[in-house]
Amino acid sequence: MTAPMITIEHVDKFYGKHHVLKDCSTQVAKGEVVVVCGPSGSGKSTLIKCVNGLEPFQRGKIMVDGVSVGDRKTNLPRLRARIGMVFQLFELYPHMSALDNVRLAPEKVLGLPHAAAEARAMALLTRVGLAEHARKYPSQLSGGQQQRVAIARALAMDPIAMLFDEPTSALDPEVINEVLDVMVGLAAEGMTMIVVTHEMGFARKVADRIVFMDGGTILEDRPTNAFFATPATERARQFLSKILTH
Amino acid sequence: MSDFDFGVILRALPFLWQGMQLTLLITALAMAGGILLGTALAMARLWAPPPFPQLAAGYVNLLRSMPLILVVFWFYFLVPLMVGRPVGAFPSALIAFTMFEGAYYCEIIRAGIQGVARGQLAAAQATGLTYLAAMRYVVLPQAFRAMVPVLLTQSIILFQDTSLVYVVGLHDFLTAATVVAGRDGRVVELYAFVAVVYLVLCVAASLGVRRLQLRFGK
Repeated sequence: MTAPMITIEHVDKFYGKHHVLKDCSTQVAKGEVVVVCGPSGSGKSTLIKCVNGLEPFQRGKIMVDGVSVGDRKTNLPRLRARIGMVFQLFELYPHMSALDNVRLAPEKVLGLPHAAAEARAMALLTRVGLAEHARKYPSQLSGGQQQRVAIARALAMDPIAMLFDEPTSALDPEVINEVLDVMVGLAAEGMTMIVVTHEMGFARKVADRIVFMDGGTILEDRPTNAFFATPATERARQFLSKILTH
Repeated sequence: MSDFDFGVILRALPFLWQGMQLTLLITALAMAGGILLGTALAMARLWAPPPFPQLAAGYVNLLRSMPLILVVFWFYFLVPLMVGRPVGAFPSALIAFTMFEGAYYCEIIRAGIQGVARGQLAAAQATGLTYLAAMRYVVLPQAFRAMVPVLLTQSIILFQDTSLVYVVGLHDFLTAATVVAGRDGRVVELYAFVAVVYLVLCVAASLGVRRLQLRFGK
């Protein structure tokens, strides 16, 4: 196996006295898809926000493609430019059209000429099926369309890995699949992905491994089939029985 | 009302216009100075290292808890004592309005910036934009759209409040009308005219602000 794309080693994080991540360790290989699940408040979102340095952590080490995230000397904007991130609430820029949302970072961070950045943005919007909505503003798009624009925005930086923070939990049920379909497509193309989600159908279909967290601790980190067939911990069994019966 | 005499107003128009010019001048200068001061104060409150945020907050809270007329008096009577010579009614009034409005503008600007969802900054930074670039392209344009109508509304209040300069003997629009009213014994006509002028100008400005909000609101 090649060197892992992302390694998380013994990471601890505190909000004041609150210990939100406890000695978390895992690895993600190039092209691997890892789903992080667990009850709310278990630290899943915080963990992936540590991977691109949006959240600082106090102990441990996170390496992304050989770059140490926690190192003071690391140029975080440069590192983040190589890692795509998709948020639960989309966080599209409301004062820009869909096209400009996707175009901004390639132009301002990579320094592409305006026309080239726009062409790239248009190609990505086409890829997520939204070419005809390019000139619309976020408020004119449905939740599912907005999240697909957000995925295009992340892809526009040609990332080496993608982080998804509950990308479908703010969506109406009928549009969840249009977002999951895009993500399945990405996985099929070999994108390295860490996905925080409760969509267990997606996890079974796409994930190579499942990381199960509770109370800031990684309780299980196992291949997908093994995790679903025989959860090793009582906590994971309870969690699965609750969300799979519905 | 049968002896309502429009002729009085017509004859007084040049004099009243002089007063209105002073009103508009103080409004414009205090608005420009106040927004500059307010921007500096807001930046100090949001981003400066200690003790500047605390100092700026103290200034804002102090000025906002004072009646405006006290601030006008304060600069007119106390500043000459401090600097050892008279500063004149116009400069002292202008300083008073600028410093007073700066406190209000500061809070409007700060609220505009803080009102932009926190996730927007994170999303922009996640794409590789630096903090400054994220502010410039993502946060501030949204903050600006939110704050401009409120800044203008505050400026309409400033326009009305400039009539307080009569206490330091300046001839603004209202004072000019008072002078004519006393001289010609035409209080009803003059104060009615003043009220109509303030009403028309403020309603027109408010409508302008409303249109701006609708344009930004899409």
